[in-house]
Amino acid sequence: MNPDLVKMIFGRLNLEALPLHEPILVGTFAVVATGGLALFAIVTYFRLWSYLWREWFTTVDHKRIGIMYMILGIVMLLRGFADALMMRLQQAIAFNGSDGYLPAHHYDQIFTAHGVIMIFFVAMPLVTGLMNYVVPLQIGARDVSFPFLNNFSFWMTVGGAVLVMMSLFVGEFARTGWLAYPPLSNIGYSPDVGVDYYIWGLQVAGVGTTLSGINLICTIVKLRAPGMTMMKMPVFTWTSLCTNVLIVASFPVLTAVLALLSLDRYVGTNFFTNDFGGNPMMYVNLIWIWGHPEVYILVLPAFGIFSEVTATFSGKRLFGYTSMVYATVVITILSYLVWLHHFFTMGSGASVNSFFGITTMIISIPTGAKMFNWLFTMYRGRIRFELPMMWTVAFMLTFVIGGMTGVLLAVPPADFVLHNSLFLIAHFHNVIIGGVLFGLFAGINYWFPKAFGFRLDPFWGKLSFWFWVSGFYFAFMPLYVLGLMGVTRRLRVFDDPSLQIWFVIAAFGAFLILLGIGAMLVQFAVSILRREQLKDTTGDPWNARTLEWATSSPPPDYNFAFTPVVYDNDAWWDMKRRGYRRPLTGFKPIHMPSNTGTGIILAGLATAMGFGLIWYIWWLAAVSFVALLAVAIGHTFNYHRDFHIPADEVVRTEDARTRVLAAGAQT
Amino acid sequence: MSVATTQISIQGSEPVFHVIDEHDHPEGASTMLGFWIYLMSDCLIFAMLFATYGVLGGNYAAGPAPKDLFDLKLVALNTTMLLLSSITYGFAMLTMEKSKIGQTQLWLAITGLFGLAFLGIELTEFAHMIHEGATPQRSAFLSSFFTLVGTHGLHVTFGLVWLVTLMVQTARFGLTTANRRRLMCLSMFWHFLDVVWIGVFTFVYLLGMLR
Repeated sequence: MNPDLVKMIFGRLNLEALPLHEPILVGTFAVVATGGLALFAIVTYFRLWSYLWREWFTTVDHKRIGIMYMILGIVMLLRGFADALMMRLQQAIAFNGSDGYLPAHHYDQIFTAHGVIMIFFVAMPLVTGLMNYVVPLQIGARDVSFPFLNNFSFWMTVGGAVLVMMSLFVGEFARTGWLAYPPLSNIGYSPDVGVDYYIWGLQVAGVGTTLSGINLICTIVKLRAPGMTMMKMPVFTWTSLCTNVLIVASFPVLTAVLALLSLDRYVGTNFFTNDFGGNPMMYVNLIWIWGHPEVYILVLPAFGIFSEVTATFSGKRLFGYTSMVYATVVITILSYLVWLHHFFTMGSGASVNSFFGITTMIISIPTGAKMFNWLFTMYRGRIRFELPMMWTVAFMLTFVIGGMTGVLLAVPPADFVLHNSLFLIAHFHNVIIGGVLFGLFAGINYWFPKAFGFRLDPFWGKLSFWFWVSGFYFAFMPLYVLGLMGVTRRLRVFDDPSLQIWFVIAAFGAFLILLGIGAMLVQFAVSILRREQLKDTTGDPWNARTLEWATSSPPPDYNFAFTPVVYDNDAWWDMKRRGYRRPLTGFKPIHMPSNTGTGIILAGLATAMGFGLIWYIWWLAAVSFVALLAVAIGHTFNYHRDFHIPADEVVRTEDARTRVLAAGAQT
Repeated sequence: MSVATTQISIQGSEPVFHVIDEHDHPEGASTMLGFWIYLMSDCLIFAMLFATYGVLGGNYAAGPAPKDLFDLKLVALNTTMLLLSSITYGFAMLTMEKSKIGQTQLWLAITGLFGLAFLGIELTEFAHMIHEGATPQRSAFLSSFFTLVGTHGLHVTFGLVWLVTLMVQTARFGLTTANRRRLMCLSMFWHFLDVVWIGVFTFVYLLGMLR
């Protein structure tokens, strides 16, 4: 065939792009393909496609979208963790002249993919998923402000994840590190598709994240139940509000800076090049203006989860609610004033570095205040060490260590020594695993019974907990030691044999974490099998304090048959204390948004456009873009996007709950 | 003390824990807030582009500088087009308030024409610069110039697509509540682009001539 024609149709995509020469990837592909086919076959065999499409893919229900976010995050966790395990293994054996088992070309993709996936496609979906599920329930709302937008945001996140996963088997991923600093990420040094996968994966997902941020801000500002003033909002809702403000005020920066990098790569502009007046450090500054707020986007909701969990399982009102709120707001603001601490070594001079060093250290003050608030909440409380509380205690111990090494890194002279060392790697895993991930696990164990009507199995949960926590310490404490000895990050082979023992310990830690993840998956499976024994009929299995526990588990589509009225910070606790009785009559039709397939179609087109741009398949990019516009405009011609749940259906649902509650009260 | 009093006052009357007489949420009650927040996020993208221009705008790389390239008269004309389009959009909103559908459409059409004129002049300017060798690839100054001004131009383009869509919808379905809300959103978008352009005009063109 005419080579020009082939190039026009396929861009730079050809058979070479399939990594048939890399046995590890071929094996992975075989496993993934078999698993995928099996899943496809099962869904087809049980004729679940139309159910999935109708009830899940096109849903605008914040609860289902929240659950889908969680599933996405957990699936991607497996991928991101597989990368981590491979790196640990490589570093543990690449001594004494051994090259390890990973070629440089592959290893560099792995550490990049690990970072990108863990932040964007594990932590972000899990955090967004929990916020999506819990916030509307906590504020007594029927749904979010813009339900269709919510569905669209979710599918855009999936689109980004699909692009990143695709790079595993079609072409390759970036070999630049997770922030893709130029000039390395520029076209001269990374001419292949890796960085383009990175850019378009993040751009597609970033649209979703930004819109979901706008959505949740509006939800919290506009849809709170009557009586819930700002200072009566549950702390998780407060931290979610601050997180979403951070999202809206930082993700556009990422969008802009990646767009500039794309222009450099596609059009040949000179923003971040070494010549023609370009300035690579501009990129580093801009991306960290997004990047630093990003870590608070992840950790603030975790702080909110810990606040809910500590109060619930100590049986006490949260200590220092007001200071907790102000600490959150102060962290939100300060997170914009510290970005330069990620590159003190840029050499911006003593005054600039000390400014950013001091602002960084100041952040530890509100964070410390939070820590004391949790401790004082526990003080003289009746603490129940259920799983969420165990994760919370593990967090408090672990996060303090991570926080202190962070303050150490905030001292510019110390940072000049520790910059890009394994000490830094240990520090941020210490706060992200010990803070964000432990928080998410606490949240998953805490809210799972709300979402599904049965608890997670405590035995396998505790097993997972101990493997995770001990595994974390084994995996990352050695990295502190290595970092202090001057070992830098992202190395593939080592010369000094005396270092090996530390890497072996770290690899052992990673293995323990693997057992932790395994136990967690078993926990989910066992809980589903034992769902009858673990069943909760009350809707309030933990004797909790906030509104989401006032409704049934799982909540009906409309969340609350009547909008609750709030008098106290701990609204549900207050209702229980004052002898609240469920309304049994007088139900009315409930106004709800309709499902729509537009979100998934738009996201699919955006993903196709990204694929076209990555592989220079210009016709595909153009066609998808035009289709994207057409579908979006077409959607606006549909003016009927809502319906009413008829009153008798509400009556049926509520009567069923009355019977369940009565049966539960007798036993 | 205060805790005790609230409890007493509540105990006095039976507490009501749910809204009995519930109304539907009016459709689109959060849209204005949401759109404002969206605009602010968009504003941040422009802020980044301005910042980039601020840092890189002096890096001519021995290539042409603003004084060699900018034709202030042309830019003044261009600015006039955009400012007038904002005014005419304002008239469209005034006539919409009076539910005069024909006049609203007329003013919207005029707004669109001014927008088109703005884009036409901008493209002429770009074509002229590129013809002289001042391409986006020539220097970091030109990269950031074309990106900042071009992003604004792209926004205007999408604004025009949106304007046409809304005109069609208004013609077909009338000035319904939904359509009024949409026209209001576009109005905010359009004025926002005007404000950004004032920044571009001042910061890029006027200051560029002084540099």
